[in-house]
Amino acid sequence: MTLTLPQQSKPPALQPTGWLRYLSFSVDHKVIGLQYLVCGFAFYLIGGALAGAIRTELTSPVADFMPRDVYNQVLTLHGTIMIFLWIVPVVNGAFGNYLIPFYVGARDMAFPRLNAVAFWLIPPAGLLLITSYFITGAAQSGWTAYPPLSLTTPASGQIIWILSVLLLGGSSIFGGINFIATILKMRRPGLKLMQLPMYCWAMLGTSILVVLSTPVLAGTLILLSFDIVAHTGFFNPGMGGNVVVYQHLFWFYSHPAVYIMVLPAFGLVSEILPIHCRKPLFGYTTMVYSIMAIVVLGLVVWAHHMFTSGTPPWMRLFFTIATAFIAVPTGIKFFNWIATLWGGKISLNSAILFSCGFIVNFVLGGITGVALAQVPFDVHVHDTYFVVAHFHYIVYGGSVFVIFASVYHWFPKVTGRMLDENLGRFHFLLTFIGFNLCFAPQHWLGLNGMPRRVAEYDPQFAFVNQISSVGALLMALSTLPFLWNVFASARSGEIAGDNPWRALTPEWLTTSPPPVENWKGEPPLVTHPYGYGIPADQIDLKDASGSDLWSNGR
Amino acid sequence: MPIPSAIITLVLGMILVLGGLWIGQNINLLPVDASVNAPIYDELFRVLFSIGTILFVGIVGLVVFSLVRFRRKPGQIGDGIALEGNLPLEIFWTAVPAIVVLFVGLYSYDIYERMGGMVPLAHGGHGDSQATEERVWGGIGTAGAMQASSEMAVLPLPVEVTAMQFAFLFHYPDGDIISGELHVPSGRPISLKMEAKDVIHAFWVPQFRLKQDIIPGQPTLLNFTPTRPGRYPVVCAELCGPYHGGMRSTVVVESADDYDAWFQANRKLPVSEA
Amino acid sequence: MTSLSPQDQAVEIQEHHEESHPDHRMFGLATFLVADAMTFAGFFAAYLTFKAVNPLLPGAVYELELPLPTLNTILLLVSSATFHRAGVNLRRSDMQRCRRWLLLTAILGLAFLVSQMVEYFTLPFGLTDNLYASTFYALTGFHGLHVTMGALMILIVWWQCRTPEGRVTADNHFPLEAAELYWHFVDGIWVVLFVILYLI
Repeated sequence: MTLTLPQQSKPPALQPTGWLRYLSFSVDHKVIGLQYLVCGFAFYLIGGALAGAIRTELTSPVADFMPRDVYNQVLTLHGTIMIFLWIVPVVNGAFGNYLIPFYVGARDMAFPRLNAVAFWLIPPAGLLLITSYFITGAAQSGWTAYPPLSLTTPASGQIIWILSVLLLGGSSIFGGINFIATILKMRRPGLKLMQLPMYCWAMLGTSILVVLSTPVLAGTLILLSFDIVAHTGFFNPGMGGNVVVYQHLFWFYSHPAVYIMVLPAFGLVSEILPIHCRKPLFGYTTMVYSIMAIVVLGLVVWAHHMFTSGTPPWMRLFFTIATAFIAVPTGIKFFNWIATLWGGKISLNSAILFSCGFIVNFVLGGITGVALAQVPFDVHVHDTYFVVAHFHYIVYGGSVFVIFASVYHWFPKVTGRMLDENLGRFHFLLTFIGFNLCFAPQHWLGLNGMPRRVAEYDPQFAFVNQISSVGALLMALSTLPFLWNVFASARSGEIAGDNPWRALTPEWLTTSPPPVENWKGEPPLVTHPYGYGIPADQIDLKDASGSDLWSNGR
Repeated sequence: MPIPSAIITLVLGMILVLGGLWIGQNINLLPVDASVNAPIYDELFRVLFSIGTILFVGIVGLVVFSLVRFRRKPGQIGDGIALEGNLPLEIFWTAVPAIVVLFVGLYSYDIYERMGGMVPLAHGGHGDSQATEERVWGGIGTAGAMQASSEMAVLPLPVEVTAMQFAFLFHYPDGDIISGELHVPSGRPISLKMEAKDVIHAFWVPQFRLKQDIIPGQPTLLNFTPTRPGRYPVVCAELCGPYHGGMRSTVVVESADDYDAWFQANRKLPVSEA
Repeated sequence: MTSLSPQDQAVEIQEHHEESHPDHRMFGLATFLVADAMTFAGFFAAYLTFKAVNPLLPGAVYELELPLPTLNTILLLVSSATFHRAGVNLRRSDMQRCRRWLLLTAILGLAFLVSQMVEYFTLPFGLTDNLYASTFYALTGFHGLHVTMGALMILIVWWQCRTPEGRVTADNHFPLEAAELYWHFVDGIWVVLFVILYLI
């Protein structure tokens, strides 16, 4: 189809087409979204390899696999890459950029060029960080970079780390600005805020957190770099500085950072569950308010990462209470998701399996989180493997599981082909078993005396560490059926059609893959994005037999 | 006539709660307790573990039940129930977690107080004779020490802890003993005043359930009363460099007599007595 | 898949960006300035915490005089007013007056920077002398960087306002509006900085 508009007086600039688009400075939000996804996944594999190195070292109680300072570089890079180069860019940049314009009924984001800039900051920053390992030695003070340790370890690696994180933070801020403007200002005429799919609300909340908290990290790292390079004494006690102030400033960002990693995942699950359960999302309004409550509370709980640091008792009490309160809006969301499942007609496909895996894992992580929020409890387990277990249940068992669910859900839209379900279920099984085998035992390790960030440990912990490492191996292996599935299905998977899931949200009301302008003709107005289900009084007790489960609504 | 689902739900709920309570009371995940506040901590742990088990098993049960009961069977193409919400139910499951969280918070505040965490730090049981108004940055257990000491009419035993890459040094001001191991008499309050020489370290004894960061530039306090003789690990619990994993020491809790013997054997005699 | 030739696809790409929608760039800039304000907020929080909790070490020198900073405050406040006048004139398409006010604003901004330099050179402490010295230079330096960028933007807009080849006109007033909002922001940050560093 050709739009019948007058010919341009100068020839249009030709943009690369086909797969070359993905290597170019494209301003198309769909291209940018996929750039984020693929780039992020590549960093996931690198971060995963680093995790493999860590778990290999930890199979024996002695530090025999790599030199200890290299181990510290490995764990620093593992954390930094997974947070700043995998999860934050993918749940925000990949899915946000691809989906938000569809959901608000727009042709693209509010600032397409800023969007491209935001993405293209990522590969160089990531490259900088990773090559620092080979050239100068990477930073080795953990992703938290506490001074004075970060002032006394080799400076070049630390400075490169700071530069890289500053670039990545900038990318995140630009993205946040774009999402806020698009969601608030670019809605199609007739589309009200409370008619938006839940993912938009999640991204709005996340972007507010990004814009408010990431700059504080930027400022902190600038001060840290001054200490390293210019010999100022902000965080150097020898010069009158204060190391605890660094921790306050760092965690002011880094606690909201975990919500930046998890709120978009909440939004994505809210999109996936109704479609595959054929039921509306339960409690739309309370879900919106829960997101806003999490955003507000998320900004005032940072010092629960510092309960043993040397904060006054009244401060610890305040942060315990505030942190515990976050469990309430979060819990509401989980009950609402379960209520969405309840009474549905659930297709047991990979998207649902990963979403339910998310629910189970994240609830466990949330429970240990409420425990950790209590000061007396945390005093024993702070900086131990209990905390490592907790946050992996949240970010892996939580966000990564949702990322996989989302890939299974939206792959048909992006490529026009279905992923293979048998491989998908196998992927889920391996991932779920491997993940729990790896991280569940770590709770016990922490409770019984194993600190974190160590290459050597008390030999009594050897067996449990070995179980954990076997789980990690399973997790590594689980990527194989996934990758095979993605590549094989992209080439020869079953054709999906426009709407294989018979969904109602705007991205499904166009071709797979969508055209450049997202829809031919006007963007559809969807005022009821979760209008699934049969009214209770009309439910037919006798189920109709009928066509194939994967009927694509053609 | 089938059993009403409300009764089945009730019974399942009771089994869940009782099971959770049993697990919390009987499955011991913690190491041996060796200080006065450790059993207090363990109480809190058992409560958290019970509540956590109940919640987790309950939610997993609901999810698995839904996946089985409400799954789409081959050939079905219908939809589920068009249920958008249920305000009373949502209020219920907002209020109940809020109450649970409030209860947990208040209970843990009580535990924290019993562990001595709420006492202002400037007046730690250290018996400072120094005149300088030294700012103390963190600490726990000061009330425990003061209380125990006033009950037992005995002063807390002061020990100065120095942490450096990658060792702990313990200095006993009385007797001017410097030791690589922390020797303490069982049953007597101990008052640690800790400082780091280079980077942030932490002092953690799992069997005491106590941890305190040791921060360069500002002393931190830790007070406890050991109760069970034995040798327990002192673990550094803050990344301090490559040998962080190897930075550990031992706290030797011994009977009062054994401690006195150690003390006498190691103390430096004042010059006039030599 | 669409079966358009590359030519047609390129036409579509161009067209879909020419579908008109309101200009949201000021909103984007305002959001960015919120982020920028948070960076300063972090620095202010650090400074205030140091003040509450970290005494100046014995022998350390940290003394500030008020006259120059007060002059700086006046310079910036006046420059915000002159910038505002420039904007008023642009909307009236009075390009000559607009340019004059812009130039005046730029001169005031540069005067601020000069005055700041004078202050730096007459202060009895250097960047690494002590914690407060470092914080002072970090805060005022970071702000000064913003003033510098703002002054550059004013000069660029001043240049772009020249008729007839100029790109900034009464219709295309975003560049001036954006630079003006940025300048008011920098001014506001200075007021906060002045109060926190010099007055408290």
